[in-house]
Amino acid sequence: MSKRLLWLLSLLVILSLILVACGGEAEAPVEEAEPAAEEEMAEEEMAEEEMADEEMAEEEMAEEEAMGEQLEIFSWWTAGGEADGLNAMYEVFRERHPDVEIINATVAGGAGSNAKAVLATRMQSGDPPDSFQVHAGHELIDTWVVADKMEPVTFIFEENGWMDVYPEDVISILSYEGDIWSVPVNIHRSNVLWYNKAIFEENDLSAPATFDDFFAAADTLQGAGVTPLALGDNGIWAATHLMEDVLLGVLGPDAYRGLWTGETDWNSAEVTEALETFARMMEYVNEDHAALSWDQAAQLVADGDAAMTIMGDWVEGYYVSIDLTPDVEFGWAPSPGTEGVFMMLSDSFGLPQGAPHRDNAVAWLELAGSKEGQDAFNPLKGSIPARTDGDRSLYDAYLQSAMDDFANNIITPSLAHGAAASEGWVTAFNDVMTLFVSDLDVAAAQQSMAQACADAGVCQ
Amino acid sequence: MSHARRERWLSFLLVLPSMLLVGVFVYGFIGWTATVSLSQWDGIEPNYAWAGLKSYRQLFTTVGGVTARRFETDLWNTLFFTIFFLLLCVGAGLLLAILLDQRVKGEGIFRTIYLFPMALSFVVTGVVWQWIFAPGTTTRPRGVNALLEAVNLDALQWRWFTSTESIGPFHLALIPVIVAAAWQLTGYTMAMYLAGLRGIPEELREAARVDGATESQIYRHVIMPLMRPITLSALIILGHISLKIFDLIYTMTGKGPAFVTDVPGIFMFETTFQGNHYALGAAISIIMLIMVALVIVPYLWYSLRREVQL
Repeated sequence: MSKRLLWLLSLLVILSLILVACGGEAEAPVEEAEPAAEEEMAEEEMAEEEMADEEMAEEEMAEEEAMGEQLEIFSWWTAGGEADGLNAMYEVFRERHPDVEIINATVAGGAGSNAKAVLATRMQSGDPPDSFQVHAGHELIDTWVVADKMEPVTFIFEENGWMDVYPEDVISILSYEGDIWSVPVNIHRSNVLWYNKAIFEENDLSAPATFDDFFAAADTLQGAGVTPLALGDNGIWAATHLMEDVLLGVLGPDAYRGLWTGETDWNSAEVTEALETFARMMEYVNEDHAALSWDQAAQLVADGDAAMTIMGDWVEGYYVSIDLTPDVEFGWAPSPGTEGVFMMLSDSFGLPQGAPHRDNAVAWLELAGSKEGQDAFNPLKGSIPARTDGDRSLYDAYLQSAMDDFANNIITPSLAHGAAASEGWVTAFNDVMTLFVSDLDVAAAQQSMAQACADAGVCQ
Repeated sequence: MSHARRERWLSFLLVLPSMLLVGVFVYGFIGWTATVSLSQWDGIEPNYAWAGLKSYRQLFTTVGGVTARRFETDLWNTLFFTIFFLLLCVGAGLLLAILLDQRVKGEGIFRTIYLFPMALSFVVTGVVWQWIFAPGTTTRPRGVNALLEAVNLDALQWRWFTSTESIGPFHLALIPVIVAAAWQLTGYTMAMYLAGLRGIPEELREAARVDGATESQIYRHVIMPLMRPITLSALIILGHISLKIFDLIYTMTGKGPAFVTDVPGIFMFETTFQGNHYALGAAISIIMLIMVALVIVPYLWYSLRREVQL
């Protein structure tokens, strides 16, 4: 009996070795990271494997064809509306260039944390895709542009007359040393407060415009037995996200921007005030925030267990997907103190140096920045076009209001989503937040934030 | 003479490919990682300029920044996770093996059931146990807390892996993670012990019985001493898993509030691939390697020496 058991065990070991050897090729180093919605994980994983298989088959087939007939697009859009949006853009591309074969290289994982690791490996070994998805702003510039891995795309903007249809603030976020480095396909807004309309009506409240309003409303709600603010910072970026909106609300747009250029002092009294405000908000947050993801927090508001949540406008996409109607079941407002300011983040595509099919990549970028491409992608993804001339009729009530604000407001870059600061700085900031959300030690957090600014080489 | 020489040559040629592969892909990359950890590589572009022990100092000096504080927490977490995980796996595994060894009916089914969790990926285990231990709120408990409420044991409800309580440097939030890891690998130690128990000749037990030993005495004085090599192998194999643990914790709890469930593997992944601090990430990897080597090398040395004696 023991012999058979031993046999069984050693067979298993051999089998697992074979599996490892076979699996290595198709499945890059992919671990499920901070999955945006865990429920989707299994599907994502399956979709990804299928895609990897298809990709390999496609690659083999393609090798026989001429090299100029391909376009490889690298992204972390593997599921839901964003994958649909990407496919819609591919459709438009196929219509324009029917003889080019698109290789869809995707790596699953929330906020691209795994995709970035794979991309880094490919870029370092001199095997760049033709174009890749990257958060516009410092995440692109401080990681790839300063390392001299990218080609500027200013010429695409000029040739297509885009300088006039993209807001100036957006162009400046995309620029470094006088050149533009990526083509944004969409815009998301970070500073949005989402609230449950029924609860607000029951308690006779309106959306809080200032922090005083917010805390007054929070006290009322707590008295009524409702969790005032829902937070899901199992992925700590959600706490960083809340912090950036509080910083913006307390400091105002100019001083907020200065935080990332070294012009605003991290040791100033205003930053202290922002940290104290954040600490006070944490008293009104659901106790299990550390166990939830952002969508589970949004679900608390939808279910009426919590009244408000401050999160980017992908919450709207989530609510629509669970059949809630904007302005009926849920309402929205700029987060406290940020009326007239639009905290933006953007997915964009860049042009790596040495792209194997550069002409096709340029054609792709021309599509990604065009009205046609953006109106194909954004209604499905649940975001607004980065251009100001999108077709309003394609977008729902919330997105239309966001398009109005985007055209008229002051635009500031988001920290949590790579627009404001380098990835190294964001990672350090996330670590500070990991401690701050549990100990709420304002002095220590402020000192560490100032240190993170110095470590990033921005502050003295 | 020439025959022996030819045989030696042949055997050398036969092991040469694997020596080359292991040399390049294991030791070569260990060397490369060590070089990176001593370099100034910070950012996406490789930079091998000499920086000495700068990255290591950053991990161990407490002044300024969160890095050193996080790493210290990580090391404590690894220590406690390893100790309790090993105790649980070995203890429960041995118990299950002894129970199964009583020739119960349907043994095959039980054995499969206990061994099955091992077939799962840590990623799956992590996600499922996260659902189980997600605490919910007092008004709306989830998972285990909901179960406790259903049987009127509200007093036992707890924050589980989101708790920031600790006893000395031991974060209680690690307990759910240890339970999940032990759930997955107890079946493995059980299988090893069961194989060992079945390997003990019945004559030994018979002899002890003839000498008037009770069943418990047989286990204490005859069987347990014979299980010692199995315990050692189990400790080594599980020990190196727990020192390098990443996927289970990454999917189940992440680093947790105030790093209560953080481990060096997660720190390494985040700092290297999200923060682009390659030298620092390499330094963490090297420290993890040293930790594992401290466990493995004495074992290898011990077993090699024994083989020579035999």
